[in-house]
Amino acid sequence: MDDTRWLLPEGFEELLPAEAAETEHLRRALLDLLATWGYELVIPPFIEFLDSLLIGTGNDLELSTFKLTDQLSGRLLGVRADMTPQVARIDAHHLRRDTPTRLCYLGTVLRTRPEGHGGTRSPLQLGAELYGHAGLESDLEIIKLMVAALRTAGVANIHLDLGHVGIYRNLVRQAGLSDEVEHRLFDALQRKACPELTTLLAELDLPTQHKTQLGLLTDLNGGVEVLELATAHLSHSGGEVGAALAELSAIAQRLTSGLPNVPLHFDLAELRGYHYHTGMLFAAFVPQHGQAVAQGGRYDAIGRAFGRARPATGFSTDLRTLIQLAGNSRPSLHGIFAPCVDDPALEQEIERLRGEGERVIRALPQQQGSAHDMGCDRTMCLRDGRWQAVPAGSH
Amino acid sequence: MSDTLTIALSKGRIFKDTLPLLAHAGIEPLDDPEKSRKLILDTNRPEVKLVIIRAADVPTFVEYGAADLGVTGKDVLLEHGGNGLYEPLDLEIARCRLMVAGHPDRPLPRRPRIATKYTTITRDYYARQGRQVEIIKLYGSMELAPLVGLADRIVDLVETGNTLKANGLVPLEHIMDISSRLVVNKGSMKMKHAPVRAFIEQMAEAVGGRRSAA
Repeated sequence: MDDTRWLLPEGFEELLPAEAAETEHLRRALLDLLATWGYELVIPPFIEFLDSLLIGTGNDLELSTFKLTDQLSGRLLGVRADMTPQVARIDAHHLRRDTPTRLCYLGTVLRTRPEGHGGTRSPLQLGAELYGHAGLESDLEIIKLMVAALRTAGVANIHLDLGHVGIYRNLVRQAGLSDEVEHRLFDALQRKACPELTTLLAELDLPTQHKTQLGLLTDLNGGVEVLELATAHLSHSGGEVGAALAELSAIAQRLTSGLPNVPLHFDLAELRGYHYHTGMLFAAFVPQHGQAVAQGGRYDAIGRAFGRARPATGFSTDLRTLIQLAGNSRPSLHGIFAPCVDDPALEQEIERLRGEGERVIRALPQQQGSAHDMGCDRTMCLRDGRWQAVPAGSH
Repeated sequence: MSDTLTIALSKGRIFKDTLPLLAHAGIEPLDDPEKSRKLILDTNRPEVKLVIIRAADVPTFVEYGAADLGVTGKDVLLEHGGNGLYEPLDLEIARCRLMVAGHPDRPLPRRPRIATKYTTITRDYYARQGRQVEIIKLYGSMELAPLVGLADRIVDLVETGNTLKANGLVPLEHIMDISSRLVVNKGSMKMKHAPVRAFIEQMAEAVGGRRSAA
């Protein structure tokens, strides 16, 4: 006898009634919030052709994607590991609007390998994307929306981390590094591995100025003073680096006044999603969690593969992580337990209460359990010839 | 909460060699991990705690934020893989070399068997050289594997080479130099930036001081 048939694969879980209720409650609250900001919900398919699913993304996403063969077309299908490319396709190919487009999405994504703390392979991804505007205002809107979404989920003590891929990208371009060297540099920078970076730069035949600038990247993290330091050391290396720094300074100023209680941190060597992002990067951190709880950035080029490159910025998060962080704020059960009596007046009253949104549970003949056992705080009683809901245990 | 610093260390050599560096940063443990059974050690600074764990567990603790900082070998980091951690400083302690060792005069089969604890590093090392090998994962007493015909070569850390010699093996290929690194949780670097950066700088200073004294 196999007594482990109940076992789920690693990284997948099922939500029991209380958790499911909490998740659904949060799901609705967040979608309502996004709707009030004008973000329209889209529901992309769970599975699609692999090559369109991976457009414009890096190798990491391909490794994370579950694949299967389509019996109808013979082509390879992928189960989405990230919904952002799908939503970009909807904007670029189907909507084709000339106005700014605000879209949001919420759904399960699958990952081949467990990710992050707790190792889930099926995050419940929520995201919002703003297409059709390149500039500070749209990035700012997305950052504020990300913070509002986290606060709606009851996540407190939010810290923001900001970066910009334009700085690294331009320094590398100016230095004219080969792909192989750039790959090693990128790897060392992501880990802020100063010893490796020093060794690598020493091996390279480059003007000192480029070496100093690339070497400085691991140090350029901290409060807003980092931007001044970077401006002093890097801004003479060309308009694009200077423009990226100016963008960060401007957004810092706007965030300091717009979100005064959110500490800002800058990291100019942050390169998450480098192959896909084209500008500002942002992530939210909270003290009790060692990894980002929500992240996003600008990715202006992704729509090109679908026929139309549009400026784009957006964020995403995992609902399950948010629920863990917010702690147990489960709504206490309340409802009315109605006896098992065949009486048209009772039926009518139950219908009326349900119509008002009350939760009414019918007792079944000879069933076990009291109103409390059934999760109800009131019972239906016949009083003064009328069916009424009274506090459970009061009769 | 945001002012506390938790540092993950492993018992033995890394702990012993890290102590003087910590002392330079003004941190001294109040208990000796070799005598105490406590896994969380208080220090003279109330906001700084040390957690004592296995060296191979340090990357996991730090990556997930159970500790803000940690000290572990480059061998452990490479084997752990990924880029979920910052590793800003080479502490230049617990130095050794990762080597291929075996019988010097025994010919290798076309597809040799390599016994090692470091399966990821070993696979990468041979793949880079265009050599296909079978890897046999062992947890210790690597030197025994070639003697009993379990493997043709071993990949292991070599400090003095005495154990190899005692078992009739010689170091054959030098894969890389290993030393301990200071690792930092990404979230801590961002949220506790001031104390973390100050700590890294003090440790760097201590390493520099040791280097010039040596």
